[in-house]
Amino acid sequence: MTLSDIQTILNAEVLCGHDAMDREVQTAFACDLISEMLAYAGSETLLITSLINTHVIHTAEVMDAVGVVFVGGKKPADAIINANYTGIPLLSTPYLLYKCSGLLFSNGIEGCKRETTE
Amino acid sequence: MSEMNETENIHKPRLTMHFKVEEEDFIIAGEAASKTKKALQQLGLKQEIVKNIAIIVYEAAMNIVIHANYGEVQVIIVPAYVTVIAQDKGGGIPDVDLAMQEGYSTAPIEAQEMGFGAGMGLPNMKKCSDIMHIETQVGVGTTLKATIYLHQSDAKQVETGAMYV
Ligand SMILES: Nc1ncnc2c1ncn2[C@@H]1O[C@H](COP(=O)(O)OP(=O)(O)OP(=O)(O)O)[C@@H](O)[C@H]1O
Ligand SMILES: [Mg+2]
Repeated sequence: MTLSDIQTILNAEVLCGHDAMDREVQTAFACDLISEMLAYAGSETLLITSLINTHVIHTAEVMDAVGVVFVGGKKPADAIINANYTGIPLLSTPYLLYKCSGLLFSNGIEGCKRETTE
Repeated sequence: MSEMNETENIHKPRLTMHFKVEEEDFIIAGEAASKTKKALQQLGLKQEIVKNIAIIVYEAAMNIVIHANYGEVQVIIVPAYVTVIAQDKGGGIPDVDLAMQEGYSTAPIEAQEMGFGAGMGLPNMKKCSDIMHIETQVGVGTTLKATIYLHQSDAKQVETGAMYV
């Protein structure tokens, strides 16, 4: 599944990264805690969160996220979006965390692999 | 090149980066991680290693911002390994074993509101490094040193004590 497919499923707005919407997504990780994102999320994972600060953008870059979905219709401030030079697509969905995650899961997106206890 | 020279060269820094961490400067941690990542990518290091080092820099810098106010993070890259040294003059860690436990956190509410305070930083840094060492004294400060080997064969040498300084 591509980010474009995810945009459709989540009825989402693409905030930036329009060029990279053909990226493949296989796994996702939903969380509002920065260190948990860094600890559990494998590379090339879709990040789902309701945090909309600069730290989330930096975290997405550090963890090599394939894209970020902000839930509940939240959007980072324009200044934060504009400072995201990494090219990682940022999406905003009106759905809340549970529904957003459920929709993606039922469409075949699995939890990220490092989630299983090591 | 003689074997002797090769042994010497693996200690010689290819690149050293310094990041000053000031009080309440939450942005610096992410920026330091981002700059480290770019520099390591340019050196052609493997993606997984780059990611692990960037995570260590992020978590170490953020711990100084949140728990110690003022300090410095250094990233030293030599051909065989990368060392991250985070030093601060904060309050120190009274119980390191407790601090190393997943979920233990004393992060204040302002930090929690930004998404920090999961109590996952230190355990994750340990997971991302080959050697991690914490020296800390209450009321004096904390020095954290993490080493990541770049090649399996070097990891063996380091384990036997041949290279770790
Ligand atoms: N440099 C430091 N100086 C003083 N105390 C520290 C320092 N680093 C960590 N600690 C203590 O160790 C605890 C655990 O640190 P850790 O990084 O694992 O979690 P956290 O910073 O609280 O939350 P997270 O990293 O998940 O956002 C901290 O809450 C704090 O009490
Ligand atoms: Mg921390």
